[in-house]
Amino acid sequence: MTNKTLYDKLWDAHVVAERDDGSSLIYIDRQLLHEVTSPQAFEGLRIADRKPWRIDANLATPDHNVPTTERSSGVQGIEDPVSRIQVQTLDDNCDEFGIVEFKMLDERQGIVHVVGPEQGATLPGMTVVCGDSHTSTHGAFGALAHGIGTSEVEHVLATQTLVQKKMKNMLVRVNGKVAPGITGKDIILAIIGEIGTAGGTGYAIEFAGEAISDLSMEGRMTMCNMAIEAGARAGMIAVDQTTIDYVKGRTYAPKGEMWDRAVEAWADLHSDEGAHFDKVVELDGPSIEPQVTWGTSPEMVLPVSHNVPNPANATDSVEKEGITRALEYMGLEADQAITDIQLDRVFIGSCTNSRIEDLRAAAEVVKGRQVASTLKQALVVPGSGLVKAQAEEEGLDKIFTEAGLEWREPGCSMCLAMNADKLGQGEHCASTSNRNFEGRQGFGGRTHLVSPAMAAAAAIAGKFVDVREFVSA
Amino acid sequence: MRKFTELKGLVAPLDRANVDTDMIIPKQFLKSIKRTGFGKNLFDELRYLDEGKPDQSCEGRPLNEDFVLNQTRYQGSSVLIARQNFGCGSSREHAPWALDDYGFRSVIAPSFADIFFNNCFKNGLLPIVLTEEQVDQLFNEVEATEGYELDINLDAQTVTTPSGESFSFEVDAFRKHCLLNGLDDIGVTLESEEKIKEYEARRRQETPWLFDAIQGA
Repeated sequence: MTNKTLYDKLWDAHVVAERDDGSSLIYIDRQLLHEVTSPQAFEGLRIADRKPWRIDANLATPDHNVPTTERSSGVQGIEDPVSRIQVQTLDDNCDEFGIVEFKMLDERQGIVHVVGPEQGATLPGMTVVCGDSHTSTHGAFGALAHGIGTSEVEHVLATQTLVQKKMKNMLVRVNGKVAPGITGKDIILAIIGEIGTAGGTGYAIEFAGEAISDLSMEGRMTMCNMAIEAGARAGMIAVDQTTIDYVKGRTYAPKGEMWDRAVEAWADLHSDEGAHFDKVVELDGPSIEPQVTWGTSPEMVLPVSHNVPNPANATDSVEKEGITRALEYMGLEADQAITDIQLDRVFIGSCTNSRIEDLRAAAEVVKGRQVASTLKQALVVPGSGLVKAQAEEEGLDKIFTEAGLEWREPGCSMCLAMNADKLGQGEHCASTSNRNFEGRQGFGGRTHLVSPAMAAAAAIAGKFVDVREFVSA
Repeated sequence: MRKFTELKGLVAPLDRANVDTDMIIPKQFLKSIKRTGFGKNLFDELRYLDEGKPDQSCEGRPLNEDFVLNQTRYQGSSVLIARQNFGCGSSREHAPWALDDYGFRSVIAPSFADIFFNNCFKNGLLPIVLTEEQVDQLFNEVEATEGYELDINLDAQTVTTPSGESFSFEVDAFRKHCLLNGLDDIGVTLESEEKIKEYEARRRQETPWLFDAIQGA
């Protein structure tokens, strides 16, 4: 028997049929649905008079469009009529087809990639898909998880399968321990800085090494979430005790004798000794510093202590043009210190960093301090109603509001500004989200990606600081 | 799905690397529950000088005259050429829907992001990977020649320039078959319905915890 990678094992376990051209029909165990990428898929089912293949494989919740301010009147209270129709359409479709949905007023509602794991709807060894590129998040559980387009959402609804070609295997190993104060976010940003936004294109990335196995499930989800920002549709991490402890007792996780059987099966969800990877990238954990993106692509990232690049030092014309354009859009000078960037807003939230551990880290930094008077707004948006409830039980909401941050209702919010939370033109934002593309957080908005602790420190200082110095000061 | 067989079309050059799907179709337009009507907002933030809103008429909006698609010579183009990693970012299928609705039938670049690449084939849009040098040559020729057209033949897997120079490209056999015949993926997959059922029955025995956990009220 040949030695297999984790990805090989997950792939092999889900092949329904192989085609002559090298593509395969892959079985999908779980599909998560939200309001933006599903309406046309349900419409397709109706037009073709098809029914979902397996209702219990699906779980839905609205997240992208929902307001994060007071919303006790539910869908009807969404001011933007176009957003309202989209959320209502998800409700209607789930009702019509019998799919379980956590609607806006359900405490379990939240960002799909927070809700799935929280409910135990994401389990080790599964294939997980969703019409959202950040579905890679679920790979943190030793699952094969990736984003799909709307046509594929319809395909999975109708057939419980996808036509796929096997990707190549990449191993990213982060050796040694990271320094205190360095998070999964800093590690993944450092990796993207190293391999670039297309470095993982065509690959499934497995993250491994001491720095990775030291991470909590929250930290692992942050890392896998951003595998797509390195171009890899799927990121994954082997199952260990941390995974099993997280899953145990969750609503949709197996119980009793079934739990024991499952845990036994999950013990194999790791790459075998000597398994072949097509590409291996190694990083030195101890040398990773807090990361800040300065440009308009996640690969435009540097340690907080550095200066933004100078296009004059670019190695080729495409890179030079890219840096020049990014500096212009971001309103930055070449060689300017990252710590000199003045901020207008801070956003703590998104499927990357809105889980309880993220909120605890941010609260620890702002506790007893005040948001800089130069800031227009600092938002904290929990990833789900249950994360919100947990944070409130721990008193984190009070810490945030006393420091001058706003405490909101769960949703995607300012990560992509489909609801009312957005940046104004030219505004700089320290954001715990995943994309710093032009206009992503609002027309003309300027996004800097950071960890929750770094965003919290930036909120207090009004500019970027090394959170490690900040906390000890 | 609309068939793609052969295309002779005017070429527009978008000289950028890492064109992301937020750029192709900004998020405010994703609120539509339809598949059509996205063309007028394709590249909205590059194309117009003001902030676009959903359900707004684009007539009379201030145009960014420097943007390539606003130049007279590129009106009516159906082939887009761009630099590496085209379509990165979000999985939104609204990106190929917007390109298609605008009138593009093919995008040529040195590399594409995986999800976008895959989404194109579901919508009768042909993404073509050529080498950096070939794409460079196309950029030079397009910019030097008004009315520059390319001839794309999917069956032969070739892109032919006005001077008769031909570049060949790779395409998966199954995807090619579906595009050439305008086949609906779901219909093709359901021909394997028995195999899916067999697989599912086996998995129910082996991993029963993956089934039936999520049940409606």
